[in-house]
Amino acid sequence: MHGLINRSIQSFLRDTYGAQLWLRVAQVARLNPDGFEAMLHYDDRVTAHLVAAASQVLSRPQDTILEDLGTYLVSHPNLQALRRLLRFGGVNFRDFLHSLEDLPDRGHLALPDLDLPALTLTETGGDSFVLTCRGPLPGAGHVVVGLLRAMADDYGALVLIEHQGAEAEGGAERIAIQLTDARFSPGKRFDLAAVSG
Amino acid sequence: MTALPCAPVDLSAEAAALLMPLHLRVDAAGLICGAGPTFGRLVEPDPVLGRPLFDVVEIRRPGGVADLPALAAQAGQRLHLALRRDPQVPLRGLAVPLSCGGFLLNLGFGLGLVEAVRRHALTDRDFAVTDLAVELLYLVEAKTAVVAELADLNRRLREAKTAAEEQALTDTLTGVRNLRALGLVFDRLVAEGRAFGLIRVDLDYFKQVNDTLGHAAGDRVLRHVAEALRASTRGGDTVARVGGDEFVILCPDLTDAGRLMTVARRILARLSQGVDYEGQPCRISASLGLALSVDHDRATMERMLADADAALYAAKHAGRGRVALAHPDRAADAGLDVTVEGTGTAG
Repeated sequence: MHGLINRSIQSFLRDTYGAQLWLRVAQVARLNPDGFEAMLHYDDRVTAHLVAAASQVLSRPQDTILEDLGTYLVSHPNLQALRRLLRFGGVNFRDFLHSLEDLPDRGHLALPDLDLPALTLTETGGDSFVLTCRGPLPGAGHVVVGLLRAMADDYGALVLIEHQGAEAEGGAERIAIQLTDARFSPGKRFDLAAVSG
Repeated sequence: MTALPCAPVDLSAEAAALLMPLHLRVDAAGLICGAGPTFGRLVEPDPVLGRPLFDVVEIRRPGGVADLPALAAQAGQRLHLALRRDPQVPLRGLAVPLSCGGFLLNLGFGLGLVEAVRRHALTDRDFAVTDLAVELLYLVEAKTAVVAELADLNRRLREAKTAAEEQALTDTLTGVRNLRALGLVFDRLVAEGRAFGLIRVDLDYFKQVNDTLGHAAGDRVLRHVAEALRASTRGGDTVARVGGDEFVILCPDLTDAGRLMTVARRILARLSQGVDYEGQPCRISASLGLALSVDHDRATMERMLADADAALYAAKHAGRGRVALAHPDRAADAGLDVTVEGTGTAG
């Protein structure tokens, strides 16, 4: 697993629940308390242990933790860069949804060794979509759900999002999306060029 | 079968605006008679239509293109331009002649893209669907974020490396250098051709301290001795613990036997003050063996340590608590004479 993924889980736990909690999770998962380097690679099992340990220490289901992680990724002030990179996907939420299929390729543009989950968007009529998510991290679909909810807020769109489970054990995860009002609120401002300095 | 020749392209203004949001159309008189919407945004709030082309843009390269005939000569060639209104946004483009006698000039930002987008608050919709501008902006940001992350990683690795190196060269009990560090300093002095004195310090009766007062007392004594050795030597000297109760001191540029003896006496005097262990005075006694690199044509670590060892052996035999200096026979490098001095503090 790319260190960036593990590192973001670490940052999420630390920023949301504090340094002490991170140290306890690291202890349970038998990790170096310094955690992960974003630019190195780690065994896939490490990520699974990390999520399981967080679930155990927080006494919360893994799915909920992963969904909160997705929301954190695009809404925490420390991670403005990621939100901005996602906003390049489109000028409105519908555009953004269609750009999700490009996400792994965009990821490769930034980091050639970064493998993001493969996402496929199917229009199921009107403003309904099904997004399937297939990747090395089981439960990645829950991260996507949290991320979509936060991005909908960012765009000011009113959207119903539901994780519908995996097609089979370890198979692609299905996410149902219902766009009820694409212009519900003004959303957050986004300038194509970041303000420097 | 060959394709039929196409009819000349007939583009409406709307179609041209969609295909080329940053184009200008110029009539035969050199007046702008059509413009893409993005060009309009660049010169806002000034009007575009009806103005002479060269009042709105300046062609910087090739030089001397300031009227329509000169532009005609450059048709189909790459042009470097700037806006009169905002010269800091560079443009590049290409002009093709039209049947009406005017020109179609299509423009792009090239490397000035990021600056142009920032200065004029351009959005996705200001670029042609085929333009990779947004992808380029995305890459610029992704690259900036990745480089920042890598710089951070490099900083952390460098700090860890420095800490690891420091640990690898330090005796963890006493904080002075270890045998490995001593070897490095020795090699450096030899490589630089610098002379030096070497002092070997061996504690007398240290085993008894360990046996009677325990290892904690022994550790306390070792730390005290290390501190005393540091305090008795110069900042540039190297104090190293090379074994259980053995220390070695390297004194660069010290070539005089008398001065080395003075240093050794200072060490003995300081150590003879003893150390407190849990309120109890604990006596320390040490024997010192000295050697000088100038006694050898080519000093090696083994030879210098052997010299100092022989002197140390003589000092111990003479009654401990003494200093002995090795005098190797330079001619043969075989025989070794030793001068012993000291009062003997063994007891």
